[in-house]
Amino acid sequence: MDGQTLMEKISAKFPGAVKGSVDRFGQLEIQLNADQVPAVVKFLRDDAETAFDMLIDLVALDYSAFPNHGEGRFGVVYLLKSLKLGHRAQLKTFVDEGDPTVPTISDLYANANWLEREAYDQVGVKFSGHPNLKRILNHHEFVGHPLRKDYPITRRQALSANASLMDEMDVRLEEKGWI
Amino acid sequence: MIDSQTLLPVSSSKGLEALKPQERKDLLMVNLGPSHPATHGTLRALCALDGETIVAAVTEIGYLHRGFEKDCEAHTFQQCIPYTDRLNYVSAIMNNVGFCKAVERMLAIQVPERAIYIRVITAELNRIIDHLVCAGANLVDIGALTNFWYTFNVREKVYNILEKLCGARLTSSYTRIGGLTRDVYPEFGDEVKAVLKEIRASVKDVQKLIAPNRIFLDRTKGVCIISKERAISYGWTGPTLRACGVEYDLRKAEPYYNYSDFQFDIPVGTVGDVYDRIFIRFYEIEESIHIIEQALGKMPKGPIMTDDKRVALPPKQQTYGNIEGLMNHFKIIMHGICPAPGEVYDFTEAANGELGFYIVADGSKNPYRVKCRPPCFMNFAAFGEMIEGSMIADAVASLGSINIIAGELDR
Repeated sequence: MDGQTLMEKISAKFPGAVKGSVDRFGQLEIQLNADQVPAVVKFLRDDAETAFDMLIDLVALDYSAFPNHGEGRFGVVYLLKSLKLGHRAQLKTFVDEGDPTVPTISDLYANANWLEREAYDQVGVKFSGHPNLKRILNHHEFVGHPLRKDYPITRRQALSANASLMDEMDVRLEEKGWI
Repeated sequence: MIDSQTLLPVSSSKGLEALKPQERKDLLMVNLGPSHPATHGTLRALCALDGETIVAAVTEIGYLHRGFEKDCEAHTFQQCIPYTDRLNYVSAIMNNVGFCKAVERMLAIQVPERAIYIRVITAELNRIIDHLVCAGANLVDIGALTNFWYTFNVREKVYNILEKLCGARLTSSYTRIGGLTRDVYPEFGDEVKAVLKEIRASVKDVQKLIAPNRIFLDRTKGVCIISKERAISYGWTGPTLRACGVEYDLRKAEPYYNYSDFQFDIPVGTVGDVYDRIFIRFYEIEESIHIIEQALGKMPKGPIMTDDKRVALPPKQQTYGNIEGLMNHFKIIMHGICPAPGEVYDFTEAANGELGFYIVADGSKNPYRVKCRPPCFMNFAAFGEMIEGSMIADAVASLGSINIIAGELDR
């Protein structure tokens, strides 16, 4: 399914969800309302015609230094792939600096949990409803978000305390029925 | 005198059976890693143990995080290439190719045919050594040390070729945007063919050693199985996904370069256990050898660098001989390669799976943002879930089989 048909399909199902589209070197980037991302992604995953069964990647971007960028400081890109049908989709949503929050899709794809944690860690986009939105690549005591354009590349932080990981372990043990 | 009653085996004493497993609170928390010989890098898994069985596991990464993506933003496109070497340092050329391919797509540059062939050959050589390292190290982890020498000996011979080709064993930086650093040396083809023969022999030797080995089979068959559905949900790609029985390879599914011209098969596993993940790599080595042999036979003559003035330095004669050449040289050195503002996601089938680069350009010489999609990241996200219910020793076997390269995982 090509990007144009996909966009029409989304628009028909979710009126008002699609805010625009840009061609990205042959792949249509469909821009969505942040609030409707989980519903649209769930629909695209479960619908037999789209069947996007894999979340390839989730990219968070800081546009604050990008020339002539419009509204929304941060962008979140969802790259989807259907193994069954072979096509790809590229969805994007913009969020403002004041409240950079996107609803989570960690219940839809297993790897979204870590990908959203990475986006939060590196760029500081928050994902509401995420079970444990904490840092993943940086140390848990790290202050700031390094891939924001206002974070200087030379800034260093000395961090030493261990993470116990018991916050995650307790949840896991409870799920397994141990506590 | 001890009467027979006190010597009853524990199981009939009803002491342990009185409590269901869920009611017992005597779990032992053990850290597997971050510094542990079997973790091949600094990875940490906190395991809750019931005896020797892992009942729950959570993982922590980031020990090798060095800000690859931030570094890219502070360097020119061309300067990013050496950083990509350090992602999956076991198969560096594949990262070079992946990054350059994405930038070339942004610039709509057609790479010369000969450069494509050399990229394919060197990338497949890298795939072979990546698989050899993975299988060899994995077998060491489960106690089969001999195989390590068989796999690493030939790996070293491939490195001799790569060293001759680009001056470095691991950190090759072999590609450039628009082509390659340099052409292959005259005896390259013959040397590769000779090495391929040795690789075939050593892979056969290893298979002969392990395939009928009862200990190996007991340690790998049915161990740490991940289902097809979970693997897809976790975004697994590459050999680990194919081991679960999903026939998906970007070289076939979305062919890039000239992969569609070559005859090769995609091996798939059946169960998705450690055994499948090890053996699929041996079969893939055979297919890669097959691709290299075909590519060596078909390799055309010609330039290895595009003549596009936006990315290619002019020949030295022109730089020193006329003002246009000099200006062109100056522009590329001082102003760099400047793709028009835009965003691209491009991907290649690297040794571990889909290696993607999401690149944003703002019209300047530095990328505005580079996001790498490392296949290891998805593999390791599933690790905790995968080892739950198995023994510690199985977790070690399993970790080797998903081939986690910390350089790529943590970036």
